[in-house]
Amino acid sequence: MSAEANRARDGSLRDGIKAGLPIALGPLLFGISFGLLAKTAGMGSAASIVFSATTFAGSAQFAAVSVLGAGGSVVAAVLAAVFLNARYAPMSFAAAGVFRGPWWRRLLEAQLLVDESWALAGRGGRFRREVLIGVGLLLYVLWILGAAIGTLVGNRLGKPNDYGLDAAFAALFLGLAAPTLRGRQARVAAAFGGLIVLVLLPVAPAGVPLVAASAACLLGLRR
Amino acid sequence: MKIWLVVALVGVATVCLKGAGPVLLGSRRLEGATSRVVDLLAPVMLVALVVTQTVGGDRVLVFDARVGGVAAAAVALRLRAPLVVAMAVAAAVTVTLRHL
Repeated sequence: MSAEANRARDGSLRDGIKAGLPIALGPLLFGISFGLLAKTAGMGSAASIVFSATTFAGSAQFAAVSVLGAGGSVVAAVLAAVFLNARYAPMSFAAAGVFRGPWWRRLLEAQLLVDESWALAGRGGRFRREVLIGVGLLLYVLWILGAAIGTLVGNRLGKPNDYGLDAAFAALFLGLAAPTLRGRQARVAAAFGGLIVLVLLPVAPAGVPLVAASAACLLGLRR
Repeated sequence: MKIWLVVALVGVATVCLKGAGPVLLGSRRLEGATSRVVDLLAPVMLVALVVTQTVGGDRVLVFDARVGGVAAAAVALRLRAPLVVAMAVAAAVTVTLRHL
């Protein structure tokens, strides 16, 4: 299919951003709490804002900063973050079709891939470009804004989990998972992946269970 | 210095991880067994995220108010509630259970 026809089929960026509005509060509050945590771990405002702008991956940033805050080494902090972000490699393969243009542009656009933008964009089986880019952009801005507020203003809001945001995001992923569980193979693989996480959560470093769960996809090698 | 080193290294690693598919694969499509494997990523990773987010702790499984919240959200989704409503139900039930 030609690039023009592809473009005609895409919705507008505005629609994509709209798709992210219902979940926008979460990243803002988590951004704020990242800024707070970074501050208590001895990270300056500039560093935590730059970190949010260049890495844009909540859990990895939390992990790196808490390792540093606990007096851990650079290697330990970087490894913790890389483990947590390793899932983005296979996820980027699944969504590769939505990125356009020369390699550097695809690389740049791909930075907008986070769990929420990936999951919302993949609703309905085909990855929708406008949703991945739109939701990604919206969350990117809020994430950096949140980090700036957290690091500059300080703690007045309490922790996001005081508002039950941890459960709310579990519910988001559940709601997005349900329609993907059509067919026996998808269900078996998902159950297997969930089991891997349950077994590894108590014993493996943060992030490893999610990466290991992706091995359940190898069930797809069988017809 | 240590902090900026971490920011730089994690930043570069993340750019590479997120860019792997789009740069290596371009707009080619996967076919055959590879495509079946990648198609399973959505159900597998989403369920893995649900489990992590519901019972994940610091190297421990934690069964707390979140479980009730997510169960309530599952019921809401079953009753065809929109995603936002299910999220609000999860948050409300979790907060309520935490304050009991």
